[in-house]
Amino acid sequence: MNRQIVQLFALSMLLFATLVGFTSRWTVFEAQDLKDQALNRRSLIEAQQIPRGLIRAADGTVLARSVPRGSGQRRVFERTYPEGELFSHAVGYSFIDRGSVGIERFRNAELTGEEDELSSIFSELQSKAPEGSDVTTTLDMDAQRTALDALGGRQGAIVAIEPSTGRVRAMASSPGFDPNEVPTDRFSRLNADEEARPVVNRATQANYQPGSTFKVVTAAAALGSGKFNPDSIVDGASGRPISGVPLGNFGGQDFGSITLTDALTNSVNTVWAQVGEQIGRKTLVEYMNRFGFNQDPALDYPEDQMNASGVRNADQRLLDGDDGFDVGRVAIGQGGAEGQIQVTPLQMAMVAAAVGNDGKLMRPRLTEKVVAPDGRVEESFEPEEQSQVMSPESAGELAAMMSRVVEEGTGTAAALSGVPVAGKTGTAEVFGAQLNQLWFIGFAPVEDPQVAIAVTLEDQPLGTQGGQVAAPLAAQVMQTLLR
Amino acid sequence: MSARTRELIGLIPVSLLVSAGFAAVLLTRTEDVSDATATYGLVFLGLCVFAHLFIRSRLPDADPYLFPLAALLAAFGLVVIYRIDAELAREQAQWFVIGLMFFCATVVFLRDHHTLERYRYTIAAVGIALLVMPRLPGIGSQVRGAYLGVQVGPIQFQPAEFAKIAIIVFLASYLRDTGDVLVRARLRPLSSGRQVLMFVVPALAVLAIALALDLGPAVIVLLVIFTVSMAAVLRERPSIKHFGPLLLIWGLAMFMLLFIRDLGSSLMFFGGFLALLYVATARLSLVGVGATMFLGGATYFANTVNHVQQRIDVWQDPFDPELYDAVGGGYQIAQSLFAQADGGLFGKGFGQALLELPNGTSILPAAETDLIYAVIADELGLFGAAGLILAYLLFASRGFKTALVAGDGFSKLLATGLTAVLALQVFVIVGGVTKVIPLTGVTLPFVSYGGSSIVANMVLLALLMIVSDHARKGRARMDQGGLV
Repeated sequence: MNRQIVQLFALSMLLFATLVGFTSRWTVFEAQDLKDQALNRRSLIEAQQIPRGLIRAADGTVLARSVPRGSGQRRVFERTYPEGELFSHAVGYSFIDRGSVGIERFRNAELTGEEDELSSIFSELQSKAPEGSDVTTTLDMDAQRTALDALGGRQGAIVAIEPSTGRVRAMASSPGFDPNEVPTDRFSRLNADEEARPVVNRATQANYQPGSTFKVVTAAAALGSGKFNPDSIVDGASGRPISGVPLGNFGGQDFGSITLTDALTNSVNTVWAQVGEQIGRKTLVEYMNRFGFNQDPALDYPEDQMNASGVRNADQRLLDGDDGFDVGRVAIGQGGAEGQIQVTPLQMAMVAAAVGNDGKLMRPRLTEKVVAPDGRVEESFEPEEQSQVMSPESAGELAAMMSRVVEEGTGTAAALSGVPVAGKTGTAEVFGAQLNQLWFIGFAPVEDPQVAIAVTLEDQPLGTQGGQVAAPLAAQVMQTLLR
Repeated sequence: MSARTRELIGLIPVSLLVSAGFAAVLLTRTEDVSDATATYGLVFLGLCVFAHLFIRSRLPDADPYLFPLAALLAAFGLVVIYRIDAELAREQAQWFVIGLMFFCATVVFLRDHHTLERYRYTIAAVGIALLVMPRLPGIGSQVRGAYLGVQVGPIQFQPAEFAKIAIIVFLASYLRDTGDVLVRARLRPLSSGRQVLMFVVPALAVLAIALALDLGPAVIVLLVIFTVSMAAVLRERPSIKHFGPLLLIWGLAMFMLLFIRDLGSSLMFFGGFLALLYVATARLSLVGVGATMFLGGATYFANTVNHVQQRIDVWQDPFDPELYDAVGGGYQIAQSLFAQADGGLFGKGFGQALLELPNGTSILPAAETDLIYAVIADELGLFGAAGLILAYLLFASRGFKTALVAGDGFSKLLATGLTAVLALQVFVIVGGVTKVIPLTGVTLPFVSYGGSSIVANMVLLALLMIVSDHARKGRARMDQGGLV
């Protein structure tokens, strides 16, 4: 009998081991599958019960907070955005039924106080209810307001960056939306607006033709390659064949043989197209890559809300130096059937920032620091170099050339009293439409830049120019940030 | 160190655990530890010390670990129930006191468990009557399709919890007498030619027929095992007189499936029966016949009784949208798995698991009874849940140990049966919650909320300890004799 009893005990051990095995299957090995199962609403319910941290502007102004509804065990938290439309794209929103975007999405872990399993054990021992950390952004209240007011509801975007640190001081996209209305029906209607697309963050998602502002990239490649200097003479006659097809200057103007400095001041297409052809595709793409083109911007922002800038073919594929695009026309911010240069306003602000910061591109960022509920700074984001685009000497030469643009060239409307400004204008004819895309990029003060900026307006009537329409808006925002 | 001193020392961690557990739950509720925490721990310790003193005087030689393990499980259950609903915990604590009273009463009135042998047919009749009660009009009640509850006036109880003890006592007593006659000791070993003739030929014949009829693979395996086992059983030329009662037990299990409509309790009863049959006869063939007959019957009923069929369907696919929100649908097992997934390795901590929707409705159906293991896995993680299973394994090991050292066949079978049926109950409910087998409404012994469960299991514990006391007393005397 005893032998059978021992066998029975062995069987019990086997059965209990099966139970532990299956428990580990659900608690550990297949836990993620179960959490992802569509019928599982636990994470959503729990997320509602955790007070998310605040999102603040650089000066501490609250941009997003959680307010409790109900009481006791049934208390849930809902997000409100005190500044309404002002930060709709940068900050984004977070609602259980609508999901989340922007900083709300990128910093979700910090805002909900998500912890790894070990540290959550310590919180359990201390019986702390989960609570989110606060996120302080790099965004400046006044600059953001000025930028959004400057756009005045017109479709376009403004991005302002501090060149020496990469801190994004303003990120405005117009038209916008009020994030407080996201849970309502009104938002669904806005979302369905195919024309104005208010939910799209034009600053990071739009693919615009950069027009002549791209000549700054071409100039950086030209100076950096050593083949050109600011005084190099190039024949600027209108109608020169580029890739076998004659290219005209703005208004058909002939400039004769002029220096590169003069060619940038007057935005001479034929000169910069020739420069592009002489430096070649490989060098141009190399310098584009150093500026951050051909990849999602290294911004602390959700990946699917950013687009890479670069030369794209008809299928929107990014081309590299081995692909045969019309380098002369790309060099002046246009392109041909093989590929068009398309950029985001954020990318163009990064170009201006890198030139202003002695050729050193700082990684752009929106988060200044993360502060725990107990006031401890959990994470502080130090300035980080993304790449050295060109030598400080070349950057200085290019900055001087861009200063001339604002002093006496196409960008005089961006001038500020008492503060030297460097910049470049752009006016791109929207492919296949009788409309212009207007641009201004630049930085100020020239010697020690505090702000780099990109301003763009879409679908402006023919005859308008970047220097007339976009440059004054840049001046307003730069003025605000330099105060 | 005497057995009782070891028992007393074993109770210290139990009271510490119950104090710490209540403190943890209270902390998450009110942010500060009230005096209530210490009170809970002290009251529990007081009760356990009282029970210990009682055992010291009445069962001085009983196994020293059984009671602390049961107290540990009960304390653990109390903490988890308190976390779910403080009012339920208060009731459960009252049931624990009543359970202790039943424990003491059993020990006082049943000085010698051999007395039970005299009343075995009465006990069997009581057991069967208890099982039938839930189907009686007026007092029976149906919960989620199964007939398990009885309501007489204000008193509500689950007769199956008590029936399991009665049935085990009867079986232990019956098989002690007939176990030897059921099989012929010392059969001559068969030559290999005869073995082929006896086992392989019928197996192949059945296999051929099954394949010809295009039966499913599970059915074919069942049939082949049944044939081979049956051949082995028939070789012993059993008498119908002795096998009659066994067929009756099988019929009873089938009857339970059909009338009580609960797969889990049927499995528990029949499993306990097979365990005893195996220990009494040492014949795996009998287990083979019994198990295949049970599974065959269960499959048949699964196809005919809607409620059982549905349980099996949602077991196979808890997320099936057609059954998800149906009564007894996949929602319960799905929520059980979701709760466990939230637990991870270490769990979310006492009081941290999500049990309610924001509007106050429960997200885990029957969290304090059927799904209490899911709550434990959620709050204490894999480690906590495995620790609980380990406690049951230790309890089972002490139970089987009691059976090993018991001097006579009845004591051995009784201890084995009681231990096996408790272990099986754990397997049925935890297996159901973790989707090893279809989920059925059985309580987790000592841990789940429920008066019947606590009281019945305290009686079970009392019986085990009486057997243990007798067995170890006998051994102690033998040791002394050896010294002289």
